[in-house]
Amino acid sequence: MDDRRRHSALPGEPGQAPSVAKDMENRIRQARPHVTRNEDLIFEVSSPGKSGVELPPLDVPTVCAEELLGKGLHRADVEGFPEVSELEVIRHFTRLSTWNYGVDTGLYPLGSCTMKYNPRINEVVASLEGLATDHPYTPESLTQGCLRILHEAARCLAEITGMDAVSLQPAAGAQGELTGILLIRACLADRGNPRKHILVPDSAHGTNPASATISGYEVRNIKSNARGCVDLAELDRALTEDVAGLMLTNPNTLGIFETQIREISSLVHARGGLVYMDGANMNALVGVARPADFGVDVLHLNLHKTFSTPHGGGGPGSGPVAVKRGLEPYLPVPTIEQSTDGSYRLDYDRPKSIGRVRAFYGNFGVVVRALAYILANGPEGLRQTTEDAVLNANYVMSRLQDVYELPYDQACMHECVFSDRRQAARGVRTMDIAKRLIDYGFHPYTTAFPLIVSGALMIEPTESASQAELDNFIEAMRSIAAEIEEDPPFVLKAPHTTRISRLDEATAARKPLLRWKPE
Amino acid sequence: MRYLPNSPAERAAMLEATGHQAIEELFAQIPEELRLRGRLNLPGPLSEPEILAFFRQAASESSREYVSLLGAGAYAHYRPVSIDALLSRGEFFTAYTPYQAEIAQGTLQAMFEFQTLMTQLTGQEVANASLYDGSTAATEAVLMALRITRRERVVVARTLHPEYREVLRTYVRHQGVEVKEIGYAASGRVNLDQLQAALERETAAVVIQSPNFFGTLEDAAPIAEIAHRSNSLLIVAITEPLSLGIVRPPAEADIVCGEAQSFGVPVAFGGPYLGFLATREKFLRQMPGRLVGQTRDSKGRRGFVLTLATREQHIRREKATSNICTNQSLCALAATIYLSLLGKRGLKALAEHNLAKAHYAAQQLCTVPGMATPFGAPYFNEFVVQVPAEGEELLAALRAEKVIGGLNLRKFYPELANHLLVCVTETVSKAAIDRTAEVCRRYYSGGLPFPACRG
Repeated sequence: MDDRRRHSALPGEPGQAPSVAKDMENRIRQARPHVTRNEDLIFEVSSPGKSGVELPPLDVPTVCAEELLGKGLHRADVEGFPEVSELEVIRHFTRLSTWNYGVDTGLYPLGSCTMKYNPRINEVVASLEGLATDHPYTPESLTQGCLRILHEAARCLAEITGMDAVSLQPAAGAQGELTGILLIRACLADRGNPRKHILVPDSAHGTNPASATISGYEVRNIKSNARGCVDLAELDRALTEDVAGLMLTNPNTLGIFETQIREISSLVHARGGLVYMDGANMNALVGVARPADFGVDVLHLNLHKTFSTPHGGGGPGSGPVAVKRGLEPYLPVPTIEQSTDGSYRLDYDRPKSIGRVRAFYGNFGVVVRALAYILANGPEGLRQTTEDAVLNANYVMSRLQDVYELPYDQACMHECVFSDRRQAARGVRTMDIAKRLIDYGFHPYTTAFPLIVSGALMIEPTESASQAELDNFIEAMRSIAAEIEEDPPFVLKAPHTTRISRLDEATAARKPLLRWKPE
Repeated sequence: MRYLPNSPAERAAMLEATGHQAIEELFAQIPEELRLRGRLNLPGPLSEPEILAFFRQAASESSREYVSLLGAGAYAHYRPVSIDALLSRGEFFTAYTPYQAEIAQGTLQAMFEFQTLMTQLTGQEVANASLYDGSTAATEAVLMALRITRRERVVVARTLHPEYREVLRTYVRHQGVEVKEIGYAASGRVNLDQLQAALERETAAVVIQSPNFFGTLEDAAPIAEIAHRSNSLLIVAITEPLSLGIVRPPAEADIVCGEAQSFGVPVAFGGPYLGFLATREKFLRQMPGRLVGQTRDSKGRRGFVLTLATREQHIRREKATSNICTNQSLCALAATIYLSLLGKRGLKALAEHNLAKAHYAAQQLCTVPGMATPFGAPYFNEFVVQVPAEGEELLAALRAEKVIGGLNLRKFYPELANHLLVCVTETVSKAAIDRTAEVCRRYYSGGLPFPACRG
């Protein structure tokens, strides 16, 4: 219980009795370390007359805005807008940053999210003048560097997946899914009948059914078998002539490879459907196996997962789509082509294209980072990365399965999934364990997903975790399991060491307060 | 490989702990015939200096030595250095979506501030934590209007960014939604007669842009009145939100959405950017995208949390309001920092500078015989210039003088073949404007040889 004592007080208040702490809080108010301090909103820090920028003198004649725009269109100023100095901005956001946990802070075993290291060189090259500054409508002859990067990145992703063509336009994974399903629709429509349903396994990400719905398909869920994989008999029954295709995550969300993927693809193809692979879990496959060989017709990749581009606190991502030759005519416009003279150009002349899914050419800056990652690794590095990711997940699995229930007991790929069933018997659920893990200095794993596991703990260490760090994590998980046996209420109140405790989410949703307003 | 933290000895120890003899055994579940034999045909591995050299070479094959008068949905503004200094903090850029609120208050509070800034700018009641970009934000706004009105038709101004219209069509094509386009008047604004004629009882929404694709500022009031008469919603898209520093927001609109790249996000060849969407409180539950709400923790302290997730795909699956999963958090953070730096006075002053530069440029270009600004309505930092002949030749002549003279509107509007869309932000100097006008003058007075001869 040493651990509990260590974590029982907030930093900066070592071991004080509550009344003393309260008194101190009243006396010194703001004078506390920023980690525990309430940094006000930027609007509350503000006071009139300040600004964090100074503009260079205007070198053209000044104009009267009210005159040019007319009284009806002119705005005097933006009410409530902040007024702060540069230093205050720097301090404000620096303090906020210290309240965050990132991959740079420590292990981030968030299953299905592939929270790997985001190399600094990626950031540097993405901000180079010329790459960060070229306008998307720059004439092609003047922006060959940007076009070459897009072309080369697409080529690398095609090689990694074994597919024939790649579109980098989708802005994120979910948009990649949508694009992929629209491609299937366009192809089948071209063959005469777009059909009506898309099959989605019950283990799938929630975006899969949502994307299929937007594409005009009705979603049919199919049940997984006892191994957590697609049940061939169930698939066989579900594959009517109304089925346009199957959306399959492989390895699936349990971290298990769909061993029968070839049979699955063949069955779908035999019934005239197409196979969509959600490539969210490609970190288990790069350099080891290629989706093209699985019989997959189209898949999307998450550059922000597999290819090390930062998650940024929730974006920007990038969700390129890779297709077999048969789907290439339908890719979004424009595509990036190389002319016979070696120069690059944008090709808009694609009569069968599904159209655009995003303005311009996708998240170019993210693609730059992903290409830098691929170049840094090379083929051997990418394969070693995959091996390490899979080894790390298996290491965690093998060392925790005596304390946490493993619903599907077999070697995993890049992530392992436990159930909280044993701990739930003591009234402690996966989210509670996750919150307690924060006290031990780790970001939690993914909770309660996939849905087919009761109280799932989905752990994806990625290749970026060292053995030493994993050992600490494993110790923490084992220690929490022991705490649950001894003192469940203590775990239920976790986290104990963060600057705020569990938040009242119910009130937040019932009475949404979504903006600051002056008092 | 320098990114991997385990040594061969550590790998061996870990493998042993798993009870396996060889790493291949961990991949045994992949059937033998599906495993890759041989190595991927990829370049690398490259050291850091080699990577830098590769991308520096690419960066040199760019337009960085040119003066650019391109806007059209992506705007070059000066980015204070503090933005990147703050964005490069690993706690911000290496974090995930803030599901674990206790260790993500930094991102959450910043997003709450972003939402507030967007409501202040747009004059709306609520704003989300951002969407992919302007084109998808406009599309999401339309999908939202379809849900609210339970109708299936949309009227879209041709002066909405052409690529936004393309994205919209891609999204609604398979949902039985009819999209009708309406043209522009001689002023460059929406043609109100065509709008009136296009509206039907089944029209869910009217979508306009302001400043529109021609840079022209719309007067939202009469458009809203016409739309609301048939109980349709008015959606106003904004691709240059810096205009809101001196232009009254379209308060009559039901949804204001658009692209906020102007706020501290690099032009970066088209992305990543950040879409925004703001609306009235009564439509909140039909709104797409992430929302951050203020609440209290168990000890009564203020904190922030992702909220109203029941609208979203991971809960609602096929019944979700949108398939969108992420926002563009880091870009929204950039915008929050940028707007905080500018503040009330800086935003207004910068908007005035843009207004002044663009009007000076228009004035100078109009002194060239044969060049004119055909649209009469007010504009912000972007405007259309009519040129005596097809615009491409002039653009080539300008390129020869290291000026990208704007966008040839023929690309999107065949009827405007001899028209250029010119954008002048604070980054374009008076000298550059004068030089551009001078090249035009020389070109049309025959002082320049035919551009093809100049290589």
